[in-house]
Parts: sequence; C-alpha cells; structure tokens
Amino acid sequence: MQTADVIIVGGGIHGCSTALHLTLRGLKPILIEKDYAGRHASGVNAGGVRQLMRHIAEIPLSIRSMDIWEKIQDLVEDDCGFDSHGQVLVAEDESELAPMRDRVAELNLRGFNHEELIDAEELRRLVPAVAESCPGGVVSRRDGAANPAQTTTAFRRMAERRGARIIEGVRVDTIKRDGGHWYVTAGSEVYSAPVLVNAAGAWGGKLAAILGEPVPLEVVAPMLMITSRVPTFIKPVVILRGRKLSFKQFENGTVMIGGGYLGRAYPDTNETDLDWTQLKNNARTVWDLFPIMREATIVRAWAGIEAKMPDDIPVLGPSRKHDGLFHQFGFSLHGFQLGPGTGDIMAELIATGNTNISLEAFRPDRFETADIGDKHEH
Amino acid sequence: MSFPESLHAAYDVIVIGAGPAGLAAAATTAEAGLRTLLVDENSAPGGQIYRAITTSPLKNSSILGKDYEAGNDLVHTFEKSGADRLAGCTVWSLDRERVVGLSCGGEARLIKAERVIIATGAMERPFPIPGWTLPGVMTIGAGQTLLKSSGLIPSGRLALAGQGPLLWLYAAQILRAGGHIAAIFDTTPLANYISAALHLPGFIFSPYWTKGLGLIREVKRAVKIVTGVTRLEAQGKNKLQTLVWEAGSRTGSIDLDVLMLHQGVVPHVNLAMAAGIKHEWDAIQLCFRPVLDESGNSSIKGIMIAGDGAGIGGAESAAERGRLAAIDTVANLRPDALAQIPSRDNVRNRLAQTMRGRAFLDHLYRPSKVFRIPQDASTIVCRCEEITAGEIRASIAIGATGPNQLKAYRRTGMGPCQGRLCSLTVTELMADERGKSPEEIGYYRLRSPVKPISLAELASIPQDETAIKAVVRG
Repeated sequence: MQTADVIIVGGGIHGCSTALHLTLRGLKPILIEKDYAGRHASGVNAGGVRQLMRHIAEIPLSIRSMDIWEKIQDLVEDDCGFDSHGQVLVAEDESELAPMRDRVAELNLRGFNHEELIDAEELRRLVPAVAESCPGGVVSRRDGAANPAQTTTAFRRMAERRGARIIEGVRVDTIKRDGGHWYVTAGSEVYSAPVLVNAAGAWGGKLAAILGEPVPLEVVAPMLMITSRVPTFIKPVVILRGRKLSFKQFENGTVMIGGGYLGRAYPDTNETDLDWTQLKNNARTVWDLFPIMREATIVRAWAGIEAKMPDDIPVLGPSRKHDGLFHQFGFSLHGFQLGPGTGDIMAELIATGNTNISLEAFRPDRFETADIGDKHEH
Repeated sequence: MSFPESLHAAYDVIVIGAGPAGLAAAATTAEAGLRTLLVDENSAPGGQIYRAITTSPLKNSSILGKDYEAGNDLVHTFEKSGADRLAGCTVWSLDRERVVGLSCGGEARLIKAERVIIATGAMERPFPIPGWTLPGVMTIGAGQTLLKSSGLIPSGRLALAGQGPLLWLYAAQILRAGGHIAAIFDTTPLANYISAALHLPGFIFSPYWTKGLGLIREVKRAVKIVTGVTRLEAQGKNKLQTLVWEAGSRTGSIDLDVLMLHQGVVPHVNLAMAAGIKHEWDAIQLCFRPVLDESGNSSIKGIMIAGDGAGIGGAESAAERGRLAAIDTVANLRPDALAQIPSRDNVRNRLAQTMRGRAFLDHLYRPSKVFRIPQDASTIVCRCEEITAGEIRASIAIGATGPNQLKAYRRTGMGPCQGRLCSLTVTELMADERGKSPEEIGYYRLRSPVKPISLAELASIPQDETAIKAVVRG
C-alpha cells in the first residue's frame, strides 16, 4: 500500500494544478489518471484564457487564476504558449449590445473592472476584419489564450518535480473510507490518504455518485475546427453570445473556430463523433461575420470529452457527505482558465481548512431538489 | 462538376473509391438491385492501379502492359450495372452512423447509407531519407500517375531507388516509353532473400513468378543496378543535384535531375480510422490494418473495407475482396437477389488464387529499418511542419510518449496532409526510441475532415439535412 497526504483522481489541468499547489504547501499528493495527463478536455480545448463573460460566482476564481497566468513561467518553468491579446465579445446588433451595457454596469457596481464596453470604432480597431454591421461589444484586455496540452503537461511535470506522484494509465477500481482514511484501489495497487480530491472531469459525476453524492452531470463533446494558414488579420480571441462562436488566430496563421457546438461523447471508450450538421452552423457564422475567411479551408476538427452542469458552473469545494473529500469538476466547457487559480484555492482549502473565496455557489448539494443521477452517461 | 439533381438523399450502399475493389463491389451490389453510389476523387474510374484506364493518352497498350488493360473489364461491368457514380468528388467524413460527408464542385452534402464499403486502397510508404523533400525527389507512385494520366516520363538524368514490384514495373514502363534510367538503387535487405525463400513454393505457382522475373530481366538488360543499398542521401542546394549512396562497404555518388523513391505500399487508413474502426499492427507488412472478418466487415456495424485498404493484396485480389464485401451486403440487405450475383464460394476460391505468392513478396520486400526510421537527426519526418527526426527524439526525451502527445510538442501531423505522410514514420520512430511495439505506441488519432474542406463548402450543406442526423446527446 502506498500512502500520501492527498489522493487526486484525474490528471486534467485541475488535478495537475491542485497537485502542484499542494506540493508548494509541503504536502505529498498522489494523482491517479486513467489515461494520461491532458488526454481529454484539458488537453484539447480551445485554450481560451478568459475572464470575459464569466458567471458572477466564478469571477473571483477567474481573477485569482489570471494573476497566476500572468506569471505562469515562474510557476511551471514553461510559457504554456500564453499570449495576452485580449478577448472581445462582439455584439451583432443593437439588441445584443444593450444587455452587455447592463452587465458591465453591474460588474462595475460590484467592483469588477476587467470588462469594458467598446463602441463600433474601438471594436473595428481591435478586430479589423469583423463585419461592418456590428455596433460594439465588450473587451477584457488582460485575457488571451494558451496551448492547453502544453499547459497541462507543464503543470503535470512541475508537480512531479516538486514531489507529487503521478500515476497514468491506471483506472480507479474501488474507493473505501475507513478510520479517517480513503483507500483507493487502482490497478494492482492500493493508495491511502486522509484526503481525496475528485478532479475527474467528465468522469467526475460517476465518481461522485459512487461516493454517494450524485449530481446531474451531462457528458458532452464540444467540437473545434482549425483552418489552413491565412494572412494574419486578428490578434484577440473573439466570442459571440447570440450565435455561438469563438474565434482565434494563431501566430502561424491558422484559425481555430469553436463555440461549444456538441458532437457525441462515448466516455466509456474515450471516443467522440463529430456532428457536421452542427459544425456547418459554426461555418455559416464565420462566413457571415468574417468575409475574409470565406476562402479558408478546414484542415482539422475534433471534440473533447467534457462535463457540463445544468447551471454551467462547476462542482467545487468540500463534500457535504464525507470529511476529507473535495470536488473539483463540472467546469462546463470553460474550466481551462480557472485551472491554475482553482488548484491554488483547493490546496489552500485542504492545507488550512479555509479559503477566502466563496465556493457557496458551487456546492455539490445545490441540485438536490432536482431529479439526480448520472443519467447522461452511457 | 457539382452534385447532380438525380443524387438521392440516401442509398442502400455507398462505395468509396473507384479502384478495382470499389468498381467490383459497386457493380455487384447494383446488379443485385441495391441502390448504389460509387464516389471517387478522380474524374475517371480506375483508382491508382488502373488510373486513367478510359482516358490515358498512351495509345500503345504495350507500354503500360496487359495487366493494366484488365481494368477495362471492371469499368465496363460497372457501367452496365446501373450504379450511380460521383466522379471528382471528395469524401471528407464518415461516422459510425454511416453518414458520408461529400464535397463536389464547391458544395458539400451529408448522405447516409445502409452499408458503406471503403475501397480507398493503398498509399506509398513514406521514404524519409536525408534530402527527400528537395525539389527533384518524388515518389515512383507520383511518377506513374503522370505516366498513366498524361503520358509523361521524367526529363533529365533519372535514378530510381527503393524496392518492390512497382519499382520494376515502372522502370520497365519508362524504358518501353523510350525513357532512360541512369541507375536503380535496390534497397532490398539481403537477409530478406533468406526469409522469403521459405515462401518460395507458393510464389512459384503464382502469376507473379513469371511476370515478375520477366520484368526484372527486361530492366536489368538496360539499366545499371546497385543492390544491397544501405544508405541514401539526396543532396543539392535548392533542388536535387547529387545522390550519395552506400551499399555495405561500397559507396558512391551520382549526379541527378530526378530521383524517384518507392518502398512499397501500405493501406490507406485515414478514413477508416477517422470513422473509429479498430486497427491492428501488421508485423509482416509493417503497417496498421483494419481488423476485419472474412467478408470485410469492420468493428463498426455496416461499414466494410475491401481492397488494399484492408491489407495489401494487389489489384486482382482487391477486385475479389470488393465482390466478397458486396455479396455479404446483398446477403444482408436483399438476400433474394443472391442468385443474380457470383457465389461466395467462387469468389473465395478466386481470391485464394490471387493471394498465392503474397507471403513471398511481403517477406522479400519488407523494407529495412534504416529506410523506415531516419537515422540522421536532420532528416525531415513531418513535411508539413518541417519537423526532423532529431526534434522528435528530443521531444520523447522530455516526455512525449506517443504520436498524439507529440502533436502538442511539435505539431507533427497537424498540417494540411493530416498525417498521411508522416504517421507511420512517427509511430515507428517513437516505438524504436521507447523500446515499445508500434501497436503499443499507436497512431495519430485521426478525425474528419480526412481531406480539407473549404469553409464555403461546409457552410453550403443544406439546412434540411440536419434531420438526417439528429444528435442524441449524452
């Protein structure tokens, strides 16, 4: 049997970040990953590092994360491909701009100043290629994008270097609690620790259910496409609200097109199917908004397996059922930016028993009146 | 060309690829009355082996040989069968619901079939020697394409290097067409003659025996041959100038304008892999091949694979495997029509005959490790992103464990060719470096679009087809 201070299940950006931050607080974690670190959503997402348009409850987490992102090289000795050219939310017409105006005013009242309303002129300056008809939008200037696989791998590597044990390619079979300790059987080995962290992403719902704390998690497969290289025309990441789109040009000229259209996920076999009838809608939006892209060619498309909660915010914080159990999953297609900061907060919570960031909105028992079950898993 | 009005929204059978397997399969299912669509990227039928069979400008049939003419029968039978044909049409997607993504003349469609028969054939094995990306260095397959479709032979000083039946066939075709070959560098490892000898009896009774020996004799009379070649390096500033070679202790160099490389063909697996079909490593043919039953059924219900895409067997066996897949399809979709098509037993017997001698060829032409796994650090592996063998080895040293992790480090396989030109090399190089089998290392996780599709084409998919493929989320 191998013992540790903390057992983390799941080697995504969240599990790896929590592992690293635990080591920085002098604790010894063991991380168990059924495939390899960054194999799923954490390694294949759009790489958006975004504070823009976050749920109010997530904003403090996102800001804490942003502070880490800006010094990511110091933490993991890797630049993670992070660039900070801002993220811009584009309003397609006046009816979309009005609620944006209200939101920015509300954020300002609450003391958050990262979102900034922009008019048509500033929008055109930031995003020269956007269709003439767009009247303005919102920018978050410190935002940007990073390379997700590079980032997750960097966290994994640094956690290991600081003393975390990373066990990959081994699936958790059983979990028992006895005398204040968790006993996790994985492969031919038993691991034991007083603290267990469920950072299992799309598989987090299954794990929570096994631990007697079911949540209504949907396993989804958000899709992304990449174009061939086109001349550089855009720096910031662009997102839309009405029609779904996220849009980012890389330094090599390729353009990533996403927006949360869903394919089909097969979490038991790690497979996904693309749904081209959905990606077609994605292509049409780009066609309408960025005439410059009309001649571009789609060279790759893919989907990752991800967890989505009914309210689109994660399950995060202490279990309401067991001592020594913490949840950190269900980030609902936007957990990548939160990874660095959330790992820091989890480590603080585990090491000190407290954190000054409110996790109330993320309680695992918030769905209790709903019809609970892991009904969406295959 | 664009989609014809007569195109149906759904088919009983969609056959992908109009080489011998696809032509035979589509003709057979259509003869049985199944609504059949044959889709092919080229404007004329024939695939690679019978490329331009109906349109080749080479009027003198002795240049390409009698085997090439056999393609005419397949095309005629297909044309009488009543199957629909979409030429000049790219298949960029296939999923486990058997929805086929097609693009044609700047538009795209999603069409569903009860059965899909993949007959996408083979592609040439990568041949990553130092300098293989220089202008002037090309593959023999590409050279033969030019010969068949346009009647072109290379101008300037030409050498061929590599091994395999196609090398000798192409050399003979060049000579018959009046071309000149300065030298042939035969990379067949000498040890292969011994391992292949065990399989000689099967080969002697195959048609390859006399045809093959005849071809080699024909070429050897006219061309200088260097055998047992162990190293090749193409040199030149902006284009090929010199080929430097080693054959054991012998070394030499030759000035060239054109170098053509070839070391056999491997199944073209991209579409099948992107559909999610299970594949396994073939340790004899040194490639991944789909896991299939005797008729060609894959791990996905309703999707079959026939021809060289199912494992290399050559043109004649490809046609028989196409028929076998078609017979299985008819047996499932319209069993009362089985009497109208050839019997399974007959086709099976003919297939066995065509496969005679294959084991001998597989062993004889098993390419040497030094030509599959680049030894020089500066040799380019991924042509699209210009990633060298040395860079890949360095990435392995800092933690890249397989081809998919390597993408994050080096972008290998992420360019426009979508891994077609580097995947085997990357898998074998990583396996070698990490002391694992290629099966353990695996292949790039491939996805549609397996061929690039323009944003305009994608946006052109008609709205009402959404209903064909309502997504069940979960």
